[in-house]
Amino acid sequence: MTIQELIKMINISGGSSEHDHIMHGKEITEKEIKQYNFLNLGPTHPATHGIFQNVLKMDGEIIVDAEPTIGYIHRAFEKLAEHRPFYQIPTITDRLNYCSAPINNIGWHLTVEKLLKIETPKRVDYLRVIIMELARIADHIVCNSVIAVDTGALTGFLYVFQWREKIYEIYEQICGARLTTNIGRIGGFERDFSENVFLNINSFLKEFPKVLSEFEKLVMRNRIFMDRTIDVGKITPERALEYSFSGPNLRAAGVDYDVRVMSPYCSYEDFDFKIPVGTAGDSYDRFCVRQEEMWQSLSIIQQAVQNMPQGSYHADVPEFYLPPKEEVYGSMEGLIWHFKIVMGEIDVPKGQVYHSVEGGNGELGFYLVSDGGRQPYRLHFRRPSFIYYQAYPEMIVGSMLSDAILTMSSMNVIAGELDA
Amino acid sequence: MVLVLVLFLVSITIAAYSTFSERKVAAFIQDRLGPNRAGPFGLLQPLADGVKMIMKEEIIPTTSNTILFVGGPAITMITALMTSAVIPWGPSITIAGQKVALQVADINVGVLYVMGVVSLGVYGIMIGGWASNNKFALLGAVRASTQMISYELAMGMSVIAIIMTTGSLSIGNIVHHQNGWHGMEWNIIAQPLGFLIFLICAFAECNRTPFDLPESETELVGGYHTEYSSMKLGFYLFAEYVNMFISSAMITCLYFGGYNFPLMDWVQSNTNEIWFALICVGVFLAKIIFFIFFFMWIRWTIPRFRFDQLMNLGWKVLLPLSILNMLLTGAFIIFNQ
Repeated sequence: MTIQELIKMINISGGSSEHDHIMHGKEITEKEIKQYNFLNLGPTHPATHGIFQNVLKMDGEIIVDAEPTIGYIHRAFEKLAEHRPFYQIPTITDRLNYCSAPINNIGWHLTVEKLLKIETPKRVDYLRVIIMELARIADHIVCNSVIAVDTGALTGFLYVFQWREKIYEIYEQICGARLTTNIGRIGGFERDFSENVFLNINSFLKEFPKVLSEFEKLVMRNRIFMDRTIDVGKITPERALEYSFSGPNLRAAGVDYDVRVMSPYCSYEDFDFKIPVGTAGDSYDRFCVRQEEMWQSLSIIQQAVQNMPQGSYHADVPEFYLPPKEEVYGSMEGLIWHFKIVMGEIDVPKGQVYHSVEGGNGELGFYLVSDGGRQPYRLHFRRPSFIYYQAYPEMIVGSMLSDAILTMSSMNVIAGELDA
Repeated sequence: MVLVLVLFLVSITIAAYSTFSERKVAAFIQDRLGPNRAGPFGLLQPLADGVKMIMKEEIIPTTSNTILFVGGPAITMITALMTSAVIPWGPSITIAGQKVALQVADINVGVLYVMGVVSLGVYGIMIGGWASNNKFALLGAVRASTQMISYELAMGMSVIAIIMTTGSLSIGNIVHHQNGWHGMEWNIIAQPLGFLIFLICAFAECNRTPFDLPESETELVGGYHTEYSSMKLGFYLFAEYVNMFISSAMITCLYFGGYNFPLMDWVQSNTNEIWFALICVGVFLAKIIFFIFFFMWIRWTIPRFRFDQLMNLGWKVLLPLSILNMLLTGAFIIFNQ
């Protein structure tokens, strides 16, 4: 509808005459006729899944402009980390993307190991791969089921969320914690996986595919769901690369970039898996890419469990890996190492490293500068959610309010990671 | 008068237990337990909910228009309860030599009355959403009113086909008309397309999934009742269930033979009048309960539409289809003469 038609319509409905156009001797221009509405989507809105605000300029239900505001839960993680010894930083990284905390955790440990040039045994790598893939499944479960919830289908969400619970139970058996796990240590794990953990992982591998395919049957080919998500929140591969998207969101746009394959870490080169790639870069592709990644993750875990090497569950780094309690109480060396590690008295070499892992929703990078002290000189997290959120206004302008919410949930912007 | 009171209580009870069974059905579909604390199997849950709603603090936003803010839920509730007056519950019985119809008022424009009263329900939502002076509430109210107005058209058109075949606007007559073939001459057989359209429109009229855009909590927080609290919120939620009950009753009356059931003439000749009437009422209730369950089943299975898709479906698909259905029915009637 052109603006002239609109003016005409207003005149007809308002019953006003042509003269009303001139107020105070001034012609009413296009801008003044069109009255926009401002809507605060957030900071606490049921669909924002975290605390961030969007000021939407709306024309009825259509979004004309959007202005995202961030920083509501900014906790200055990077600055905090500069005042902590290395072994205390995982508690911070766990609170970035809390849906897949173990990936952040292991990513951080891999970075530190890169700086310290620690070689980890194969078994540690494989155990880490299992944990990271479980975390990826948990992350994608959250994202995809929440997309379904935001379209109004709550049931699928509850089906798969029970299995997120099972993943948390596995974490619990490994390290005692569930959400922000602090699951790893520098050099490996605090203890070996018990028999029970493997039993649980095996039962998860056996049972979860049924639930996942049930979820797919319920949602994936649902006509209404497809109508709601296809062509919603589109981004071209060029724009996505310009924004430096990564992870499922970039792959949905059609770029086959995956850190696990491009620069393998943690023995990912040993595993055989496919990288699903989308074509349109819309919400539906993001959903499908995540869905397929869950299947691939399951196969990776399967391979890791089957080919699990024997060996130690931690690298031999007495300067950074806490000695067992018997040694601490039974020998002089053990006690001294324990004291030095816990007090954070061990200096690290000078240098700077960048290490990235394929996080739950993109390339999660750690840039670490060390000046040789007990704590990092400077630490920067490459947080994928922060990057996605910059593209958010561009992706939702011109669409409807419902689309904006779907776009948000399909990009899986997690407030903890966004604000750091 | 007694019948009015009874019917009022029945509507209220069914609506109250719909809220309970909604949660139970949801729990069943989602592998959960559902409410089971209040009373045996949680059967007193609606009571507990009611008490909770009444005891809660009432908040009327200072920026709202108080009179309209209070009036909104009242209108919704009144219109929701008014509709049940014309629903025939069973064949008429003779008490003390007087013929008593199991229907509050068999007015000869029953269908028109229902459509009219249901349309009035939009005002409650519109006024409530507007008076709240909240953007989310306003958006919800606008969505609700556009949706209900658009779908009423197709609904009306599909009902016209029924009226054409029956030749009467009275719901009592429509139900009685489906009496043939040993109580199996239901309109669904002659009007499958009309039934589908009516069903979809009934979902839209009740603001149920997949048409629950007015209150979609993931987009509009609470939609038109964002600002409401205590029993005023309760009225809105409750009216939705009353509407669901009425819709189910209407679907049953118009398309599923009302209280008619297979082999009813045989049953009638073998039982006395009172028993027969009771069986009829039971059958009618069973059909209603099935449709209420159907409403819930749909709600917990499929996602909701977007606003423009909703409008497309209403105006570009359902309305032409219902007109086509009407024309086909007309042609069939003329052809048969």
